[in-house]
Amino acid sequence: MLTKETKKDIEVRKLNSSEWQKIAIDTARQGYRFAAIWAQDLDENFELNIVLELQASYLLLQTLIDVGNPSIASFTPYFPAANRLERHTKDMFGIDFIGHPDRRRWTRHQAWSREQFPLRKSFSVAKIPGKVTPPDSAYSFLPVLGSGTCEIPVGPVHAGIIEPGHFRFQIAGEDVIDLEEHLGYTHKGVEKIAEGRTVNQLIKLAGRVSGDSTVSYAWAACAALENAAYLTVPERALHLRALMSERERVANHLGDFAAICNDVAYSFPYYQLMRLKELWLRLNGTIFNHRLMMDCIIPGGVKYDLGAWHIQELQKQVTDFRSELNELLFIFEAHSGLHDRIKATGVLTEKQAKVFGVLGYVGRASGAKLDLRRDLAYPPYDKLEVRVPVYEHGDVLARLRVRFQEILVAFDLIEQLLNTMPTGEIYNSWVSPNIITEGIGLIEGWRGEIITFVRLGSDGLVERYFPRDPSWFSWPALEQLIHGNIVPDFPVCNKSINGSYSGVDL
Amino acid sequence: MLRMLRKILKIGLITEPYSPNSDFKLERIGNACKKIIDAKFKGSLAVRHVDAGSCNGCELEIHALNNSFYSMERFNIHFVASPRHADLLLVTGPVSRHMESALIATYEATPDPKLVLAIGDCGACGGEFGCSYASAGAVANVIPVDGIIHGCPPTPLNLLQGILELLRTDNQIDAWM
Repeated sequence: MLTKETKKDIEVRKLNSSEWQKIAIDTARQGYRFAAIWAQDLDENFELNIVLELQASYLLLQTLIDVGNPSIASFTPYFPAANRLERHTKDMFGIDFIGHPDRRRWTRHQAWSREQFPLRKSFSVAKIPGKVTPPDSAYSFLPVLGSGTCEIPVGPVHAGIIEPGHFRFQIAGEDVIDLEEHLGYTHKGVEKIAEGRTVNQLIKLAGRVSGDSTVSYAWAACAALENAAYLTVPERALHLRALMSERERVANHLGDFAAICNDVAYSFPYYQLMRLKELWLRLNGTIFNHRLMMDCIIPGGVKYDLGAWHIQELQKQVTDFRSELNELLFIFEAHSGLHDRIKATGVLTEKQAKVFGVLGYVGRASGAKLDLRRDLAYPPYDKLEVRVPVYEHGDVLARLRVRFQEILVAFDLIEQLLNTMPTGEIYNSWVSPNIITEGIGLIEGWRGEIITFVRLGSDGLVERYFPRDPSWFSWPALEQLIHGNIVPDFPVCNKSINGSYSGVDL
Repeated sequence: MLRMLRKILKIGLITEPYSPNSDFKLERIGNACKKIIDAKFKGSLAVRHVDAGSCNGCELEIHALNNSFYSMERFNIHFVASPRHADLLLVTGPVSRHMESALIATYEATPDPKLVLAIGDCGACGGEFGCSYASAGAVANVIPVDGIIHGCPPTPLNLLQGILELLRTDNQIDAWM
């Protein structure tokens, strides 16, 4: 079990369910950030967990809820960031959150009924027999009434090469009056199908929660397992994990930077940056046998080691890329056409970012400074110097600048990692603890903080897996920052956030 | 502007050049595709991608087909924004049950005759997600499929190879002529 002594980064507080509302009020007043909520079915009770964070100190609140009448006070009135996660928990467990301002379902569409709760133990993972799942056309969006207003429904199938989700715009002329997202289309039952897996099977699944973040998710799940089993990871393996994680960050930032420019019809950077991204992925393929570095992280370490030749290649690529990017940066910053489209577009204020608990580059473009690599300094980042670029103006330009700077920071980190690469083993063998045990993994993925909870049974198999993607908080931010913008600017605003669909639909 | 032009000139053409003796795979596959497309699709194969529940891994690699290295449009294959304009659907899976109806609607919106490729191990068989209360598994469980491109995710080269194989082997294409 998670206890105060075993989890050094996290303070655990067990509460009576009647104290839930009071703790919500108190912690909100103290300025905590809402980070995660998940439940688990312990037969006689549901155990509810909430993670809060204040200045990189984590607090885990736990309470038990009676399965006969599963209800508890909602955190959402005090922490708006809890909104969708509480609704997800309600859909999956049937726990009623009293005082929640939004009674609508979230993850559940039409694939199962309102009386069924997939994450209860009594619910079978097997396919529900029957006809084609009907479309979810009855979800009630908030309408905007009045003369000259109308609605634009977009999705779930979008026009580009992109994940599915639904956006409902309420507009007057070109101005967006309101935007509501309706996600859950890629719900694949990740939490349910994780149950009963071996640790290796779990890591394979974790690497596919959000394919663009495969390294971060695999690392976070391994960190949770290692935390649960008191397994230490060799230093060389930690360096290699961080190396892959930084390479994942660079690849995604390059691709998104390219796509943002493409969305405002500035094709020069699109082709230049996509060229760099392709070269970057090809070297991943050469060194890690996979362009996206899937399945390279294993419990206890990593799968592939580096040779001397690899280290040279990696160093050379960073040197070449740094000079190319600095050259390109000069061009972007001098391009008035680009600035005209993205400056003051899609502004997320510092206050909004704080209210919605926004993380990663979205938060850091709006004054939120948290970066777990520096602030939690999990190994190997405890031995590295991590610079965290922060901007305050909160527009698409700020998010672009943060990403650009983060690429340069990642280059520095890759060089530091390669220069200080320890010798030795690349993994310690996984030994199943053979008792019921739990662990939490906290990793700064390229989108921001990823929290992963894992519970193992006494047979060594997974009883519960919950990964919390940073997009849970950046998606609601998108609904906010679009106010005052025009419909044609939505694609570039959306891309500057680039929330994961698969990562939150689970 | 001058800096941009200078950069463009300095980088030059990176699209791997074609020579009859070239053993470069992409070029050979691409040109083989182009020949068939020229002959059977009047020089233009319109492709629509549909994510029916993927983890976004396949999407990244499909996207890469547009970068200057692969530059798929030079083989007369191009992505379109609507299924109504498409000859070929690239469907990534597994098909989540929440996407089942949307996928069928997209398939039906694509004019006949049409081709469907199931992309990736998940599109092929459900992959890591299989069939469950939430996942209908393989694309073929939901709509008719003409071919499969395996991989997790398939590389851009695998994707192009898979398209070529479909164009080469699919009997119905000749029947359309």
